[in-house]
Order: sequence, then C-alpha cells, then structure tokens
Amino acid sequence: MAFLELNGVAKGYGEGAERTEVLADVDLHVEEGEFLCIVGFSGSGKTTLVSTIAGLIQPDRGEVLLNGKPIQGPGPDRGVVFQNYSLMPWMTVAGNINLAVDQVFGKEPRKARHERVARYIEMVGLSHAADRLPSELSGGMRQRVAVARALAMSPEILLLDEPLSALDALTRAKLQGEIARIWEQEQRTVVMITNDVDEAILLADRCVMMTNGPAARIGNVMEVNLPRPRTRKALLEHPDYYAYRQELLDFLEAYEGGANPDPAVLEGIKHKNQRRSPAPGCEAA
Amino acid sequence: MTAPTGVIASKEAADKGQARRERLYSVLIKTQGTLGAFGLGFLVPVVKLCLGDTPKHQLHELKQQLLVPLLGIVAFLAAWAYLAPQVQTSLGAIPGPMQVLEQAGNLWDDHLAARDKEAAFYERQEERNAKLIAAGQEDRVKVRDYTGSPTYLDQIVTSLKTVALGFIIATIVAVPLGIACGLSRVANGALNPLIQIFKPVSPLAWLPIVTMIVSAVYADPSEALPKSLLISSVTVTLCSLWPTLINTALGVASIDKDLLNVGRVLQLPTWRTITKLVLPSSLPLIFTGLRLSLGVGWMVLIAAEMLAQNPGLGKFVWDEFQNGSSQSLAKIMVAVLTIGIIGFLLDRLMFALQSACTFSTNR
Repeated sequence: MAFLELNGVAKGYGEGAERTEVLADVDLHVEEGEFLCIVGFSGSGKTTLVSTIAGLIQPDRGEVLLNGKPIQGPGPDRGVVFQNYSLMPWMTVAGNINLAVDQVFGKEPRKARHERVARYIEMVGLSHAADRLPSELSGGMRQRVAVARALAMSPEILLLDEPLSALDALTRAKLQGEIARIWEQEQRTVVMITNDVDEAILLADRCVMMTNGPAARIGNVMEVNLPRPRTRKALLEHPDYYAYRQELLDFLEAYEGGANPDPAVLEGIKHKNQRRSPAPGCEAA
Repeated sequence: MTAPTGVIASKEAADKGQARRERLYSVLIKTQGTLGAFGLGFLVPVVKLCLGDTPKHQLHELKQQLLVPLLGIVAFLAAWAYLAPQVQTSLGAIPGPMQVLEQAGNLWDDHLAARDKEAAFYERQEERNAKLIAAGQEDRVKVRDYTGSPTYLDQIVTSLKTVALGFIIATIVAVPLGIACGLSRVANGALNPLIQIFKPVSPLAWLPIVTMIVSAVYADPSEALPKSLLISSVTVTLCSLWPTLINTALGVASIDKDLLNVGRVLQLPTWRTITKLVLPSSLPLIFTGLRLSLGVGWMVLIAAEMLAQNPGLGKFVWDEFQNGSSQSLAKIMVAVLTIGIIGFLLDRLMFALQSACTFSTNR
C-alpha cells in the first residue's frame, strides 16, 4: 500500500448537456518522501487533481487514501501552496505564518510557537522581512512566505499548485533550488504541478503527464533517475538529461493545441523511456 | 588658513539645511493624502514653493488646487449677493452673504453671552450656598442646574450626539447582519426582500411609528437621554442602516475563495474564520458602507429633529421658520451652511478612517 493512493478518481462539473468531465479515472500511487511533478497543458485537470488530494474538492467517483485512510476534507496534514500565493494581505509575513502555527500547534506554549514561526521564516530566508506586509514584498518573496506557511503546518504532504509560474526566470531558478533544498532537509512528500519541463526534471523523482481535458487521464509516468543533489549545470552535462527532456517534450507536443493522439504514438513516446538508461550518452544526440 | 575652515563650516551648514529639507519632504509626502482628504491639498504646493522646489510646476498645482476652487466659491457668492435681494418674501428680501455672515456672528455672540450668564448663575449660587454654610444653615443649601435655552453651538452638539447614537446603533445592527447575509445564502435569502422593501422608506414615514414605539417602551426618560433625542436617533438608525448592511454583505460575499481555502486547509473554526479572514478582508467595503450610512444619517437627522423637536439643528431651523423675524432666513442659511460643512467633515473623517483600515489589495 502506497503512502498516498488515488484509485479511479473522476470529477466533473455542471449538469446534463452542460456537463464536462475534468478528470476521468485517475490512478496514482505516491510513496512517502517522493517528489512528484504533474505536467500537462492548462485544462488538463492538474489543479482539480491536487485540490482533490487537498480535500478541497470531493471526487465524483473513486477514492483518495492517505496512509490507507480515505480523505474526508481539507486538513493541515496536506499543506497547500496556491498558485497566487493567497497570503492574507492584512497580516505581516510573521502574522501569516503565525496564523497557521497557532491553529495547528495551538497547544504548544507561546514561546515554542514563536520559535516555530521564526524557524520557518528563516528557512525561506525572509528573517529581515518578517514584519513586512505582503504588498511590500516581491512575487518571489511572497511565494516563499506561502511555502513557509504550508511547511509550518508540518504537513505529511506538501501540495504545490504551479508555485513558480508567476515568477520571472531568475527568481524561478533560485526558488527551484530552495524548494529542492527544503525537500531534502525536511524529507516530506511533495506533489507539485508545473508547466516547465526543466523544472520537472530538476526536482522530480517521477513526472506524471496528464492528457488533455475534458476527461483528462494520466497519459504517461516517467521516472527521473538522476543523481541528487541536482543543479541545472550538472543536469545539462548529464548524458540522460536530454532523453528525459525529449520524452516530456514529445508528450507535450503530441497533445499540443488540444490534440488527442492515438495510443500508438503514446506507446512510441513511452518506448523511448525503456531504451534510455542502460546506454548512457547515446540518447543525448 | 581661515578660508578653508570657513568653507567647511558653510558646507556643514548647507548639509544640515539639506537634511532638514529632506525630513520636511518626507513628512510632506506622508501627510499629502491626509491633507488632500480634508480639502487642504493646496498646502502641499505652498510648502514645496517655500522650499524652492520646481516653482513653475508648483505654481500650476497651486492654481489648480487653490485658485480654481476659490474662483468657484467667489462666483457662487457673487451670484448669491446679486440675486438674493431681488426676491421679496414675507420676511423681507432674501439675505445675501453679508447678512448671513452677520447672523453667524450674532449667533456666536449669543453663545458667548449665554455662557457668561450661565457662569454668573453658578457663581451666584455658589456664593449664596457658601454664605448659608457659613451661617450654619446647611439644610438650606440648594444646587440647581442652569436652565437657559440652548445656544446654536449647544444645538450643533446635540445634533452630533444624536447622529452618533443613531449611527452606532445602525452599525451594531447592520455589520453582524451583513456578515450573516454574506456568509449564508439562507440568511441572505431571508433578509434580502426586507432590505429591498425598507431601504427606500423616508425618515418622515418612520418617525410617527418610532415616536409611538419609543413613547410606549421608553416610559421614564433619563436626563442624559431625552425621548426626543432617542426618537431622532432611532429614525436615523432606520434610514442609515441599509448602506452598511448591503456593503458588508457584499464585502463578505466577495472574499477571495483562495483565502477561504487557506482557512479550510488550516481547519479554522467558524469564529476564527470570521475574525481572522472574513472581517479583515471585507473591512474596506464595510467602511464604504459606514461612510455612506453616516452621510445618509446626517441628512435624515435634520428632518427627524424638526418633527421630533429634538433640540438640535433641525429644531433650530424649524423654530426660526416658525419665528419669522427679519433675521430668520439669514439664520436658517447659517444652519444650512453649518449642516453642509459638518457633513463634509464627517465624510472626510470616515474617509480617513477608511484609508487607515484598508490594506493594499495587492497580494
């Protein structure tokens, strides 16, 4: 039994002729401590999938099990970082994190809670900005606060919904490094949505590729067996890197513009996966 | 050797001057918004001009912020002064600006005279009582309150008290109801028709009902809260309730769903969700509602006071109208201007409060 299990999860919106199925039959097993990336075009139900794991959305069919127990609703054991940060604009950085800590660790003495808040602010490198309001922070800093707030709940799983997509390339690269460092340090299970192929390869143990909606499914799963800790530069030099990249890009290309490729093409893309690893270097060309 | 030290000294002085100027600037920029809110925005270019900052631009700003409004006021006064004497009423010609100014002065003098009289009354009373105590007749010591008629300033204070009471009651009722409406579709569905029906009702229609109910329920009035004041206040409440209620409901209903999702992930209990998420996020719209409510309340107050005979500005206007002396129209015009200026100041006060309590929407 896996740590997190999705069995036949389906979700749709609307009624009658208006109804659109967003997710159709998603089966997914995530191991404890794994870093999982979900890749797909917009409209492929990535956010719906993560919201279902978070418990913010109830699936129409199927079940989501965490540690073998079905998920009933949202809870602090599944920390969520939303795409648009979702910080309380009237609270300072410390206040935002404090809200989470007070709620989850309300039984701890005040001093311990203070230390907890300070520790997570330090972890994301914002000690100097603890008393600032979100409106006084840059996008990257806000996203760090959101990550710190989610981590401060001590969740069993961290769910990241395109956390870096609103940031510029440089800030993005920096935060990718920080997320990797925090993940290695905290040893938590992470499920992260991304639309960036390189980001997925840099961070993930496994990449899950979603087919196009409506009725999106998991189209392909790719294990990323690259040595850690990974850096951008080291990846570029790694012989397997381009093969991983190729598989992701081929998949996305096959689905570009809402296309629905036939199964043979998909098999071809998956096939590449099997040809890769034993012969280092030859795929790169 | 003296020359260089002199240069250094003058340079130090210049640095000091520079630092002081920069400090003044930062204060100026900080207070800019507040000054503008109170209609004193023209002070900014004046100060900048004194500091010798881009004179041409500042003079243009000054023209825009001070000269143009002044021109408007002067044109209005001129038209008033020219047109007013041409209409003859049963109380004589309609007073122009000068007569109104004169009556304003008279009202101020009356106020001072009444205060002197009051002071003299208490002095006499104290003297008499002291004498009685000295004579050992302490049982005959009496302390009476002065019972002169209220002056114009007293009436302004009464009006402010009345509108404040009405506004506070309205806020206490409207904000929780608005939160309930915004949070629950059931509450909204139940209250919405009532809001739509009662919102357009005029204070003049409420007043008889309020009078009867207050008279029945509030049987023995205390000195601090006379019946007429309560009647006026409740009428103000009934009319100024709605903007706060509607805006609070709107503010609560339009809270960012993602912020609520954060609350759900944290499993915040309902009460904490309201205090930590819902209230702060709807505060800007609540204040918009409060500002509108206070404006409506102040407008309604005058009518309510006229009919309820609450000794405020409304009663003043009514009494002067009934009085019908040659000065009455000018005094009523003083009251009209007073009402307008106080209304403006109240609005600015709420605006300042609103901007102090509003966070930047930028997340």
